[in-house]
Amino acid sequence: MKIKAFFATCHATIKKFFVNLWPNIKNLKTKRGFNSILASLFSIIIGILVGLILMLIIKPKDAFYGLSMMMSGGLSSVSNIFQVLYTTAPLMMTGLAVGFAFKTGLFNIGAAGQYTVGAFCAIFGAIILKMPWYVDILLAALGGAVWGAIPGIFKALRNVNEVITSIMFNWIGLFLVDLIIANTPKMLSTFYGGADQSRTVDPVAVNLSSKLPSLGMERLSPYMNVGIFIAIFLAIVMYIVLSKTTFGYELKACGYNKESSKYAGINAKRNIILSMSISGALAGIGGALTYLAGTSTMQVTKSISPIGFNGIPVALLGTSNPIGIIFSALFIAYIQIGGNAMQPEFATEVIDIVISVIIYLSAFSLVFKQLIDRYLLDRKHKKDARDLLNGPTANGTPPEPVEAEIVKEGAPK
Amino acid sequence: MNIFGDLLSSMIVFAVPLILVALGAMFSERSGTINIALEGIMIIGGLVASLIFKFLTVQSGPLMGTPIWGLPSQLCVLIGIIGAAIAGGIYSFFLAFASIRLKADQTIGGTALNIMAPALAIVITWAIQGQGQTAIYTPSWVPLATAPMDANFFERVFLKSSYLTTPICVLVIVASWVIIYKTKFGLRLRSCGENPAAADSVGINVYKMRYTGVMISGALAGIGGIAFTLAAGSGFASTVAGYGFLALAVMIFGNWQPLKIVLAALLFAFFKSLSGMASSIPFLPSFEGVKESLYIYLMIPYIVTMIILALTSKKSRAPKAEGIPYDKSSR
Repeated sequence: MKIKAFFATCHATIKKFFVNLWPNIKNLKTKRGFNSILASLFSIIIGILVGLILMLIIKPKDAFYGLSMMMSGGLSSVSNIFQVLYTTAPLMMTGLAVGFAFKTGLFNIGAAGQYTVGAFCAIFGAIILKMPWYVDILLAALGGAVWGAIPGIFKALRNVNEVITSIMFNWIGLFLVDLIIANTPKMLSTFYGGADQSRTVDPVAVNLSSKLPSLGMERLSPYMNVGIFIAIFLAIVMYIVLSKTTFGYELKACGYNKESSKYAGINAKRNIILSMSISGALAGIGGALTYLAGTSTMQVTKSISPIGFNGIPVALLGTSNPIGIIFSALFIAYIQIGGNAMQPEFATEVIDIVISVIIYLSAFSLVFKQLIDRYLLDRKHKKDARDLLNGPTANGTPPEPVEAEIVKEGAPK
Repeated sequence: MNIFGDLLSSMIVFAVPLILVALGAMFSERSGTINIALEGIMIIGGLVASLIFKFLTVQSGPLMGTPIWGLPSQLCVLIGIIGAAIAGGIYSFFLAFASIRLKADQTIGGTALNIMAPALAIVITWAIQGQGQTAIYTPSWVPLATAPMDANFFERVFLKSSYLTTPICVLVIVASWVIIYKTKFGLRLRSCGENPAAADSVGINVYKMRYTGVMISGALAGIGGIAFTLAAGSGFASTVAGYGFLALAVMIFGNWQPLKIVLAALLFAFFKSLSGMASSIPFLPSFEGVKESLYIYLMIPYIVTMIILALTSKKSRAPKAEGIPYDKSSR
């Protein structure tokens, strides 16, 4: 029943979207969304400029080569294009995880741990349980959800700040996964004659049904699979859940004000645990999308996965909006692949600096938005003033009176 | 008995960065700003101090590996630590500016600084040392003292891996307690984190207080960064392995109070060093039949922290106004 209603909402939303598409584009300039996109673009341009200046300082000779690699590396070959898409999918998932939690007033810094546990569950399902890929993804979602639910439970029942619990469970999850992998010899590559003791075997090599479908495009690149479409689909689902359903509204209400949503009859404790579980499930699926592609294997390591932490900038750049996160994940993956192409002239870390400047400037976005608003408003007022002074029919006369007025005001000096 | 000496020594060396950074975080949060950029600030502090150590070391000739101009070695260490504090303070200014002046979301500025610091560190180290040379090694003159081979218990605790950061840490603990609870400044700082509008109404400059709070935290995190680099032993490698976030957790664990923070950090460091030495302590279970039982010990500090937090959290009380940018016009 509930599912039926959900699909009806989806249908209505999509229909409304297409019906209003053209009027929306026509009114774009006056919309609030337009301003935030403009502000984001502004931040991106400044970020890239900072990257260029940095490269000019380090190696002036190669700086412009580095810049062109950064900007075009992701498109320079077919294989790079698919690599961008492959890198995007898990980033988008961890970005969605962090962004979803942000929307519901929680800071899920534990996406890294949920990603790791999810990845482990997917690999375990593929290698040991011999399950096909879709079951592995569900297992990953389950693992991530459990790992996300724990900080939620601590927060809801014991009032422990979710930031600290998430950090602790990042490490606990990492070491737990390491411990289990080390004690499950069938998962290690050495069991199958591999040399590297600290890596799992490629799940796809052991169980072909666990490989994400490549839609017949495998000939183009081994990186091509349905992962990116799954990620985009889930982003759209999250968008609909958050902005078109009562459930999403309740979750957001708890984020805005826990006390007043309690007063309105919303079960805040249940919602905190649910938000964290959903967030964790999203991050867990990200782990599955990385390792079921048949292009990388999991490493037994003592450091936390960077993909989980990169979900934070993805979510921030996309202003926690699921649709925005689709684009911000694509952008960050694109620029990261561009960064790989910059080597060996420049360290890939230049890209991280560019990204951090962009994120930092997005903190200024409020100021940018106000500036743009003021500029647009200013123009509108000037135009109105002109029309008033010159009469509605005077479209050929220059707007001198207004200008003169302004000059006069500024004159006494 | 020797093994306990080693255990305590390792505990102190790991507790020092945690204490310094967690106390820094406390200053920031007590003034009302969540400083999530500690991890990044630590890296910047570690980088600057390591570079200072490097430049203060003779690179060639018969005196190779000693401080230049025959300077006393601990003076050089002090210069490095001061450099780290200044660098951390300056770096944290960016967070303060975004979150206080521009009233931006405090996690955004902090995250940006966290991403930038390790990248900047790698780019700068490469630019100075040449491509791919990612580590800056700590010169041999940095330790405060060395323990003899047949050291007794006390020599092991206080001489083995002792650095100038340890006495500085003790000073910082005392100073923090005095400043927070016994001075006018501390009272004002706390009032800005609890009720900035009320503080403003009696003439306290909330913005100035918050800037001060964040920059003190930056300076302490900078010192914590070099303390971590020294504790890690092998030199600076553009990372502090999550210690900045851990310090944040320790601060919440310590309930935003200096002495409780010190206890929390010591407890965490104890279990941490226990996990490092588990194999050489006879009475600890060795988990026969479990491969890589090291990972069990690595998990223990985090699990212990979680259990204690769950038991004590009902009493936990954050500064009321933390994380909320203060807007004078909304008073």
